[in-house]
Amino acid sequence: MLANPMAPAAAPRRQVFVGTAIACAAGASLFGGMIALWLRMRDQAIADGGSWMPADVKVPMVPANVMLLAFIPICVFAQWAVYSAKRDDKPHTGAALALVAALGLAFINAQAYIYSQMKLPVNGGLYNSMFYALTGVLMAAAIVGVVFSAVTAFRYLGGRTTDREVVSAHAMYWYFLSAGFSVLWFVVYVTK
Amino acid sequence: MTTIDPHATSSSPSAAGAGLACVAEWLTTTDHKRLGRLYIGASALAFVGVAAVALLLGIERISPTREWLDVDSLTQLFALERFGFIYLVMVPLVLGVALAIVPLQVGARSLAFPRLAAAGFWAWLLGAVLAVVAIVNNGGPNGEGRFYNLFVLSTVLVLVGLLASAGAVLTTILTTRAPGMNLRRVPFFTWSVLVATLCMVVALPVLVGDLLYLYVAHRYIPADAALNVLSSNRALAEWAGFGFSQPTTVIFAIPVLGFLADAAATAAGTRLRPRGVIFGGIALMGLTAFGAVLQTSVTLRPGFVDAGFGDKLKDLLPFGLVHGLAALGVFVAFVFGAQVLVDSKKLTSAALFGVLAGLLALAGVSSSALSHIGAAHLLGTTFEEGTLLTLVFAAVLAAMGAVSYWGQKWWGSTLPAKSTLPLALLAFAGAELATLPLLIAGFADQPSGVFPAIESTNPGVTDAPVNFIYSGPAELWNLLSTVGIGLVLLAVLVFVALSIRSFIGGEAAGDDPWDGQTLEWATTSPAPLHNFADIHIVKSAEPLLDLKPSTRSEA
Repeated sequence: MLANPMAPAAAPRRQVFVGTAIACAAGASLFGGMIALWLRMRDQAIADGGSWMPADVKVPMVPANVMLLAFIPICVFAQWAVYSAKRDDKPHTGAALALVAALGLAFINAQAYIYSQMKLPVNGGLYNSMFYALTGVLMAAAIVGVVFSAVTAFRYLGGRTTDREVVSAHAMYWYFLSAGFSVLWFVVYVTK
Repeated sequence: MTTIDPHATSSSPSAAGAGLACVAEWLTTTDHKRLGRLYIGASALAFVGVAAVALLLGIERISPTREWLDVDSLTQLFALERFGFIYLVMVPLVLGVALAIVPLQVGARSLAFPRLAAAGFWAWLLGAVLAVVAIVNNGGPNGEGRFYNLFVLSTVLVLVGLLASAGAVLTTILTTRAPGMNLRRVPFFTWSVLVATLCMVVALPVLVGDLLYLYVAHRYIPADAALNVLSSNRALAEWAGFGFSQPTTVIFAIPVLGFLADAAATAAGTRLRPRGVIFGGIALMGLTAFGAVLQTSVTLRPGFVDAGFGDKLKDLLPFGLVHGLAALGVFVAFVFGAQVLVDSKKLTSAALFGVLAGLLALAGVSSSALSHIGAAHLLGTTFEEGTLLTLVFAAVLAAMGAVSYWGQKWWGSTLPAKSTLPLALLAFAGAELATLPLLIAGFADQPSGVFPAIESTNPGVTDAPVNFIYSGPAELWNLLSTVGIGLVLLAVLVFVALSIRSFIGGEAAGDDPWDGQTLEWATTSPAPLHNFADIHIVKSAEPLLDLKPSTRSEA
């Protein structure tokens, strides 16, 4: 058998980070496609002379705005976790990851609160079903984010402190969610 | 309390026990070579089923006035044919080959995220079974009832499974290449898989999003288009049809060109040049992903010639991006890939499969572009169906070539070239016979029964899934097409039989029987669990050719 020069088995290059980036790209496509269809349906409904939102629907803006604002500390804490992990600072990394998870849970709670306040029947029409589908997908992504935070925290606090790329990947995922929700907030809650 | 059975013997396990252990090993495997073979095997099985459906539809169409099947059955069978050929055959076949060979080509000891890839396979398989169950129960596109919801959800599962496996392959290419192997030095097949999987990651989630909208709408709202356009039974065709038609399907045929280039270079025993141009051609083919992202049919309007400059530009830019550049790319990659065979006057069975598959891919991409020229009025006709079949058969031929080329790395024995060469010709002849008549009949406006035409987008094309009457010689074209599908099916069945015979007791293959150029030939046949005992340091795009000075040459 022919043989090239050999090298010791190299560690894979940031596999989790790259994998998460690919997942974020797929997620961006998912949200982008859904928001594009939302905009198209809205334009079509208005162009046909009808109304897009049911007349009696009121979108509670306060929790929606709070959800958007929550992403600022989420991003800060996620980056804090990266910063601390790079310095092998276990307590701060753990605290930062816990805060991200807690704020993620608060985000999910706020979304559930919006659902309960709007009292929007899912079978009420096009707006209703699309609203639940779009916001539901983002809520599912946030649940995945909270699980990601928990897994990252358990791995790191369990002793795998060299897995810093997992903490970086975790931060990237929450940045992606922040960007996704910012667009959704503007399209669904502001311009409606 | 732990007890020790004094009667326990140390004899070898029974045959049944060994068989069960073997099954359990396959069910729980995370070895990329096995996962790839699971995908290939399952999609080969699916091909036999879907081709049988296509045969049935062909027989139904031979006589335009005699109806064997009712409208509902026909509609669902057309849906099964299209869904099956794309997501149960074409994509998993291509992904299976990629999973099985790409880690070896890049010199990796394993696949990135092997459990994710395995989960992807099982999710795909479960989704595929559920989708077929839904279609059988009249739940496919334009179907009715709760089985329609099941079809939509199972399609989501199929797509998520495929995306998981594609993500694993993509991460492998990006992160586990051997030292020295930058992206310019990856083998052509690996490059084409990189482009294809990137396109899948961009395009398929858009389809998933639309399917989720459709599911929520249909699940909670009665099929009343006046209340919700997404809840009607025809919404799937209208809003998610882009995922089941061209140019989205072109994405899945991209690896065909990579296989052609790799097999041709190996057959010719030369370094294929210019690599950058071939890489560029393959990458241009990936621009078709925009066709899916845009979620609409990128066409030239019927009155394009008489339109104003602004309107022309508005049509031409997206058309050129999605169709024009892709056609140019596949042409360039095909010409440079095949030319080396002409120059060297050498041909192997794998290279023949590659050239024929490349020809089909070229035809498929060109006819996809043609079908989107509004003045030709080809959308909704059998031209579109013929285009899809051309691309599917391109992928099937490439997969057959890949098995005959790389099979020994997976199970250690060869497929006899004297048997596979005629099979390549038979499959190609069948593919041409199956598709050309449909393309011709499309020009004569024979309606395609798949996804009945939507009045708003195709005025004048009627929703007539069982009315195959048109102005041309319907019986002749439909008969020829049916015979062609039968020939391809026959070729695939014989090929599968040959592969099984080779797997069970074929002639043992050497480590490098083709005088290969890339890293997969630097390990034993079959490749061990972790592929390579040591990691190779790569200094060129053809690391094995560097070590063979006697055959070293430049194309």
